[in-house]
Amino acid sequence: MNKLWVFAILFLTYLSYSSWVYTMGTNRASEMSVRQQYGKQLYQDYNCQSCHQLFGLGGFLGPELTTVISDKNRGELYAKVLLENGAIRMPNFHFTPAQVDAILDYLKYVDANAFTYKLNGGK
Amino acid sequence: MKIRINNTGSWFIIIAICSLLLGLLFGAMGGLQYVFPGFLKDHLSFQKMRPLHVYLVINWIFCGAAGAMYYYIPYVSGKELFSGKLAKLHVALQLIILVIVVVGFFSGIFGGREYLEFPPFIILLIIAAWILLMINFFATVRPSFKKVPVYIWSWSTGLIFFLITITEAQLWLLPYFNNNIIRDITVQWKAMGSMVGSWNMLVYGTAMFVMEKVTGDQSINRSKKAFFFYFLGLTNLMFNWGHHTYIVPSSELIKTISYVISMTELLILANIIYSFRKTYLKINPHKHFLSFRILTYAEVWILLNLTLSITISVPAINYYTHGTHITVAHAMGTTIGINTLLLLASLVLIGEEITKDGFLFTKTFNRSFIFFNAALLVFWLCLVGMGLCKIAAQQQKNGFYEIMDKLLPYFKVFSISGILVVIGLVLILIPVLKVFLNQLFPKKDAVIVKN
Repeated sequence: MNKLWVFAILFLTYLSYSSWVYTMGTNRASEMSVRQQYGKQLYQDYNCQSCHQLFGLGGFLGPELTTVISDKNRGELYAKVLLENGAIRMPNFHFTPAQVDAILDYLKYVDANAFTYKLNGGK
Repeated sequence: MKIRINNTGSWFIIIAICSLLLGLLFGAMGGLQYVFPGFLKDHLSFQKMRPLHVYLVINWIFCGAAGAMYYYIPYVSGKELFSGKLAKLHVALQLIILVIVVVGFFSGIFGGREYLEFPPFIILLIIAAWILLMINFFATVRPSFKKVPVYIWSWSTGLIFFLITITEAQLWLLPYFNNNIIRDITVQWKAMGSMVGSWNMLVYGTAMFVMEKVTGDQSINRSKKAFFFYFLGLTNLMFNWGHHTYIVPSSELIKTISYVISMTELLILANIIYSFRKTYLKINPHKHFLSFRILTYAEVWILLNLTLSITISVPAINYYTHGTHITVAHAMGTTIGINTLLLLASLVLIGEEITKDGFLFTKTFNRSFIFFNAALLVFWLCLVGMGLCKIAAQQQKNGFYEIMDKLLPYFKVFSISGILVVIGLVLILIPVLKVFLNQLFPKKDAVIVKN
């Protein structure tokens, strides 16, 4: 078969697949509130992903955070203390109380949508 | 016919080598933060060190591939570059982006996403710079895709898909994507997974060109087999990213498709084993021996990483390996072991073409190259060991700090071998860097072939 045809067919399949991924393939999560969006923006602005993972995305120097809120051994208080004080490897970012609440709210949202993690028992 | 001197190409190669050396330095310093938890925590924390390391190493790959392409485009097309002015503008823009990103990271200015942590407006500059390269490539080569060799397909694909994927990686700026975590994370993995595929296309295209120059056999890049593997690579670029998302609650179909596509890499693996044996038995090139040697080592790294990649694509195994340093071993092995060696083979080939033959093939270079590969192997095995140890600790329900304590011996080996990798690469790259610096800023005693 002509190479250009093979490329065209693959490219069209890729475009159709991408459209499906953007819509029906990823429609299970609930919508974020405004405060959760603010928490998410802070998570990016302070580059928390450098040390922490959400759904496997991020670094390894700090603990994984996808289910930190519902984790029996950690929970919301654990996350709050770290956000307010830092830790041995984590700098103190001097977050305001409103910022701490927004990040916690975002982590609660992530946790609530981590269906597969909980199905598998987490890590 | 020899490859002709190209100032734009040399500038890109110099930027690329400096980026790699700096990127590895930040990587080594970041590695020390695993061993000494408080090290530089308040001044240059891991939050800054990691993006500096990642950005600079990725910049090495893109600039190295762009530099090689600026050298190869006039050679393969038999024409002058379409626009020297656009090429100079590309260099200037690339330098501006580099300075803004590095200064921004040092100052703690982020706002972006994993691997693209800089503020989103910088993407506009990156896209503008990329379009300049695309214009020069397509306007000079004017490829007739029915006839051209596979590396032209590979470069064209890399150029187009980088533009697509870097744009796709910014979809989070739209509330439709940003406010739905599953969509957001899935699309991010999709964009970044395919972006890696796009730079692989650029690097592999460059490597295929080098193979043709080394062996003198033009049929290699025009064979049905070459195009079969190109299309297999393209299919993987488009659809195999989903093996990163087994843990994300997106549709099961995404995971099934990516698993099936990932397994087609077994064909590539089988081919490498076959051709590797054949290479050893048959080919004995007299020209560009150093490039050939580097490519042979790269083949071993491809073999190791592809085996790891296929293994961690199996869902039952991926469940345990995901979120461990085995994923890092895969990433580091690919960027340093494969991409860096393939680019190095390309830079050595260009260096040998624009200076007197055999200038780099010294005992020091030879020893440094073996030293670098040995250090990288220890580094890579250490990451795999770290991942296995973490899996065992997770199975025992150890907490994060307990796991970090158990991993401490691995962190030490990882840091030391990381520093040795940096030393090895410095020893290898400094002579290569000198060649391109001498070309741009010639000394009286430098021997550059004016062709």
